[in-house]
Amino acid sequence: MNFELPQFLPAVPEMFLLGMICFVLIVDVCISDAHRLITYWLSLASVVGTAWLTIAVAQQGSLLTFSGMFVNDAMGNVLKLCTDLVVAVVFIYSRDYLRDRGLFKGEYYILGLTSLLGMMVMISAHNMLTVYLGLELLSLSLYAMVALDRDSAVASEAAMKYFVLGAIASGVLLYGMSLLYGATGTLDLTELGVHIASGSGTSIATVFALGFVVAGLCFKLGAVPFHMWLPDVYEGSATSVTLFVGTAPKIAAFALFMRFLVEGLGGLHSDWQGMLIAISILSMGIGAFVAIVQSNFKRMLAYSTIGHVGFILLGILAGTTAGYQAAMFYTLTYVLMAMAAFGLILLLARKGFEAEKLEDLKGLNERSPWFAALMLMVMFGMAGVPPFVGFFAKLYVLRAVIDVGLTWLAVTAVVFSIVSAYYYIRVVKLMYFDRAPANAKGVRAEFDLRWLLSGNGLAILALGVLPGPLMALCVKVIAF
Amino acid sequence: MTGHFPILSVLLWLPILGGLLVLLAGRMAPPTVRWLALFFAVLSFAVSVPLWTQFDNSTAAMQFTEKLPWISTFNVYYSLGVDGISMPLILLNTFITILVVAAGWEVIQYKTSQYMAAFLILEGLMNGVFSALDGMLFYVLWEAMLIPMFIIIGVWGGPRRVYATIKFFLYTFFGSVFMLVALIYMYVKSGSFDILGFQQLPLGLHAQVLIFIAFLLAFAVKVPMWPVHTWLPDAHVEAPTGGSVILAAIMLKMGGYGFLRFSLPITPDASHALTWLVVGLSLIAVVYIGFVAIVQTDMKKLVAYSSVAHMGFVTLGFFLLFLIFGRDANGAGSVMGVEGGMVQMISHGFVSGALFLCVGVLYDRMHTREIEAYGGVINVMPAFAFFMVLFAMANCGLPGTSGFVGEWMVILSAMRANFWIAFLAAFTLFLGAAYSLWLVKRVIYGPVTNSHVKEMNDVSQRELIILGLCAVPVILIGIWPAPLLDVMHATVTNLVHQVVQTKIVSG
Repeated sequence: MNFELPQFLPAVPEMFLLGMICFVLIVDVCISDAHRLITYWLSLASVVGTAWLTIAVAQQGSLLTFSGMFVNDAMGNVLKLCTDLVVAVVFIYSRDYLRDRGLFKGEYYILGLTSLLGMMVMISAHNMLTVYLGLELLSLSLYAMVALDRDSAVASEAAMKYFVLGAIASGVLLYGMSLLYGATGTLDLTELGVHIASGSGTSIATVFALGFVVAGLCFKLGAVPFHMWLPDVYEGSATSVTLFVGTAPKIAAFALFMRFLVEGLGGLHSDWQGMLIAISILSMGIGAFVAIVQSNFKRMLAYSTIGHVGFILLGILAGTTAGYQAAMFYTLTYVLMAMAAFGLILLLARKGFEAEKLEDLKGLNERSPWFAALMLMVMFGMAGVPPFVGFFAKLYVLRAVIDVGLTWLAVTAVVFSIVSAYYYIRVVKLMYFDRAPANAKGVRAEFDLRWLLSGNGLAILALGVLPGPLMALCVKVIAF
Repeated sequence: MTGHFPILSVLLWLPILGGLLVLLAGRMAPPTVRWLALFFAVLSFAVSVPLWTQFDNSTAAMQFTEKLPWISTFNVYYSLGVDGISMPLILLNTFITILVVAAGWEVIQYKTSQYMAAFLILEGLMNGVFSALDGMLFYVLWEAMLIPMFIIIGVWGGPRRVYATIKFFLYTFFGSVFMLVALIYMYVKSGSFDILGFQQLPLGLHAQVLIFIAFLLAFAVKVPMWPVHTWLPDAHVEAPTGGSVILAAIMLKMGGYGFLRFSLPITPDASHALTWLVVGLSLIAVVYIGFVAIVQTDMKKLVAYSSVAHMGFVTLGFFLLFLIFGRDANGAGSVMGVEGGMVQMISHGFVSGALFLCVGVLYDRMHTREIEAYGGVINVMPAFAFFMVLFAMANCGLPGTSGFVGEWMVILSAMRANFWIAFLAAFTLFLGAAYSLWLVKRVIYGPVTNSHVKEMNDVSQRELIILGLCAVPVILIGIWPAPLLDVMHATVTNLVHQVVQTKIVSG
């Protein structure tokens, strides 16, 4: 094996990020709390640099490197770029919140960067080992991040639950991988795909392994019945951590499905389609009904995530190119909306006050009409009401499932979306129809946060009015 | 038709833009905001007038068309156009919006700019619904419309506004998502969302019936037809006056419009096969809801139930056509039924809108809508009493008012279909008279029993103008309906001929 420079080129963004992580880590140790902003700016610079490098090394076609363990292709690059952007925005949203709570330490940013690295490796994985490597890097960083607020009993409990369940899921996934390796004799995803497509590898063992793989993947995405960790983690973590956990990793999880399930195990589509149909219906159902009774906004959003995951799975289970494109569109737009939702919760929180109860939103329209309008866009977007982008995401996946003749599944999905509309419009009701409590104060926010959040919210509307370009992008990068 | 002034686009976007400007002007003094809102409402109406004056009555084709690619991945076009069915509805909408803005003038003190902006945005979206020729564009606007209405009822409504508005939202959302599935299904079959393309799409009877039922769910909730009408009395009662007016005058018409634009031409065979269902539900609405209206003690609820009964007449007129086509030359009877329904829609827009305005005038003075609280209003408010009696007469279909024309045409064509249908439909004549006139008797006439009534002032100049503006078309259409009928005649004739042809491909 010869290590010539061009072979490193496709992985330059990841390598740069790794270098920067080491650098930030060292710098952060040397500075006092008073200068913690340096860590913040350096972390942001690392993310922006990584994004720039991702664009710079992007090229036509797909490029394999490191003996086929790592792939650089159009889908990966777009997803990485989106992940970078999301992480950068999350960093900015979190700053003031962390500072108010004495959590403005280097760890949040360094763990954020390592999980970003994990996500990028996952997105580019082309071998089961790389998949596992990226996944574990991401998961371990997230476990630590959830526990960041170490004096909070709820956060520690959430981290513990997340860690134990996550470890089991990783084990399950690893077990599935080992079975696949045993049945086919390869770890490479393309070879695995060829092997299975040829039919020689489809045995009881591969289907058995498939069950484990699907369970492991669905755990990471948070689909029912592997969703138990999600509400607790969302509720227990500091909101800035919830923001992180709830956004960027979904993109990576989507990539994981694409790489592993579609490219690697695409030949078993008829086997996993049935599994995913059941999981998807359960996710949409639990997400719709259980969210109604929540009084904690973060917990409600956790169940709403589960419901959205069900919709993302609809696109994947269709098993067509249009279906994967739809799932990608759904994932990206969902992340956009989730980012705005948690960003607004962060914004409404103040020193010594968490705005995480639904009641805390009462009369927001009187306190700040603009941020109430933004939250309204997010809520109607998530409910799938046009002209917000959530509608087109739903339209896209519904078309994909109707295309493959599963009209009954589309009808089931829309019925659940009616149920879930109730709890989204209840948030609007709280903001607009209820009067603010007498002691409520106006909403104050730093300049950059205010503008970024506004841009984030308006993007939900803008993409809803003109969804064409993003759809075209999804079509362009996913073409099998 | 390219290169002409894009009237329909302007009608869609100008009010929305105006609404956003009004929102931005929210920090200014309320009078500025009100005048700004009125300016945009009047401007939109002025823009819509050429639709009428330049309309070509001789063709059934779409006019003032615009077409731009919107979402190429889905082959969705930003495609607008109007024909004889949609054009009058757009004018009705732009006209009523002026009244609504004026009606909220001094009454709305809480968040005035948001109130005005919501109505302007709603106006733009509704104009878009009536002019959309692309199924996806139609659906997007159709759903988007719920958001401002949800806010209007919820923020400025009465004591039970939250219950009413959530019920309104979920009911209509429930109905329309099935329409979405039907639209996607037809898109998968035909490769585009073009509504006129859908109308040409051959479909088997089984698929047609399922699509018809999906559309029926959407439109029946909107119209609303019995038994999915229960959201309407709640929404009407709790909504502010302006919200009730828009609901009754425009939003309900979208259900009727949907039947003409989607159900009948896209699924003609299913419509034929299920005529009994729609006619049956319509007759229940006319007769049963008519009785329900009589016993109401709340003025708004009474007008709301009378709306359900009148809209039952509309759907009855539309679906009679299968029963009578072929019994006379060129299906003239069928055409008359559909036209009768259309006239009824327009007339009901003015009449019910005006009645809600009247109730609003009383409510602003007494802050109650209970019929019992009033009595002898004519003694203190003679000018107001004149208008209220006029609109009540129009509501029960007195000849010479617009209410008569539509009802008469529908009953006449029902008579050709079946005596018993006509018999039941004709119940509306005395049921309508019963609830309208009894309402007038209890509220307007008789001695003044409530001391608060004595202190009421007659209508202000603003209210006088609003009610006067409503009265003009009610009487005009009543004595000279020909211009309105001419506009829609070519389109309706074409529609009827299109609908009676089967779309089922043999084999």
